[in-house]
Amino acid sequence: MKLLNRVLKGDVRAAAQLIRSLEDDVPEAVAELKDVYLHTGQAYIVGIAGAPGAGKSTILESLIDIFRKGNMKIGVVAIDPTSPLSGGAILGDRLRMQRQGADEDVFIRSLASRGWKGGLSKATMNTVHVLDAMGKDIIFVEAVGSGQGEVDFARIADTSIVTLIPGLGDEIQMMKAGIMEMADIFVINKAEREGSDNLRMSLEAMLSMTPHQPNTWQPNILLTEAILNKGTEQLAKVILRHKDFLISSNKIEKCRRRRAELELTAAIESTLHHHLETMSGCLLVKLIDDLVLRKTDPKSAALKVINLPEQK
Amino acid sequence: MNLERKARVLIAKPGLDGHDRGVKIIARAYRDAGFEVIYTGVHQTPEQIVNAAIQEDVDLVGLSCLSGAHLYLFSEVMRQLRERGADDITVIGGGIIPKEDVPKLREAGMKEVFLPGTSLAQIITWTRENIKLK
Ligand SMILES: Nc1nc2c(ncn2[C@@H]2O[C@H](COP(=O)(O)OP(=O)(O)OP(=O)(O)O)[C@@H](O)[C@H]2O)c(=O)[nH]1
Ligand SMILES: [Mg+2]
Repeated sequence: MKLLNRVLKGDVRAAAQLIRSLEDDVPEAVAELKDVYLHTGQAYIVGIAGAPGAGKSTILESLIDIFRKGNMKIGVVAIDPTSPLSGGAILGDRLRMQRQGADEDVFIRSLASRGWKGGLSKATMNTVHVLDAMGKDIIFVEAVGSGQGEVDFARIADTSIVTLIPGLGDEIQMMKAGIMEMADIFVINKAEREGSDNLRMSLEAMLSMTPHQPNTWQPNILLTEAILNKGTEQLAKVILRHKDFLISSNKIEKCRRRRAELELTAAIESTLHHHLETMSGCLLVKLIDDLVLRKTDPKSAALKVINLPEQK
Repeated sequence: MNLERKARVLIAKPGLDGHDRGVKIIARAYRDAGFEVIYTGVHQTPEQIVNAAIQEDVDLVGLSCLSGAHLYLFSEVMRQLRERGADDITVIGGGIIPKEDVPKLREAGMKEVFLPGTSLAQIITWTRENIKLK
């Protein structure tokens, strides 16, 4: 039987194997993706980002418990960095999600970034699709613990959570561009620590600089102590409230388009990349000759390679 | 070994003893050898380990035990893997394990048991030669 048929029945082993084969670009699996995609679009996607060690995985463990009480089926895709030196990786997010370790309806998958930029990994969306096709109601995507520029998690998510902890910066960090602009919900975790009130005040000050438009979502600021499950009930409520807002205002459509756009551009890029790697050497050599002889320029040569007409 | 595919291993420590130095060193050695290592830490139940191995679709599970309960814990992992149709995953073990227990663990389905004194390099080499990447 094709893996997909088993995935649709909720077969964990089949789903895990399909995810793996998709990540490794195994041709048979990639061929199945067409059908997988037709069975997706049901799950609600929540992205979470923040500095390394801010508590993202711990927050997820607590949230999963709460959503499981509502009998929701949960998927988690957690990305950790690949070593640029060895190509290996330690995937340790699962370590923080032990309570769900024996729950059949919670599927946690760790991915290594494998050099992908933007805080996710190339395989992230395909993994989300398989979990979606499997019937998960909510899928959490934990981005690589990172700095300010990695915003792809928010492009694929319906609800974006940015996790902060006291003591890492001041108001200037709040003004900088990047993930701070992407949050639907700010979580100040490790709130027992000194400085969490100051952090909340600077966040509020930052948010008050953007005047509130009618019919837009005003980002929330929540304080949590995830390790003690404090504040996470409230966080779960706000996630659901944001979901209701997206649906009632039909902004959910925008999330879907944004996600589709990111996937499309990534697919075009990787297809071109693949095309370039497998392209007959002759054409490349010929174009390089032409470049050296100044018979053409790099841009025109590139257009010739991907078979596009010259731009006027 | 199919070089197109990235090897994935799960390193886990079943049972009650909480010493994680050894398993951390092993996990790092695998990382430095280019493996993707799912590290789930200490105090794992066999059920958690088997679930993680299946969800993460690993090629190899490395179990460590220092407490003396390895016969029960390792065999239980093997039994549950079989029960769930996942006994094609290679399982190895290490820790403080008396020589005379090795045949019993092999009989339970473990492919290799590394006794104290085995070098990291030996473990990595063994893994490279023995896991089958689908
Ligand atoms: N003091 C305190 N520690 C916490 C809290 N929440 C999480 N931690 C601890 O912070 C450490 C990091 O937590 P993780 O959940 O692994 O953080 P993360 O953001 O997922 O980390 P990366 O995935 O490596 O970026 C762990 O030791 C947690 O136990 C909290 O509310 N208070
Ligand atoms: Mg984490």
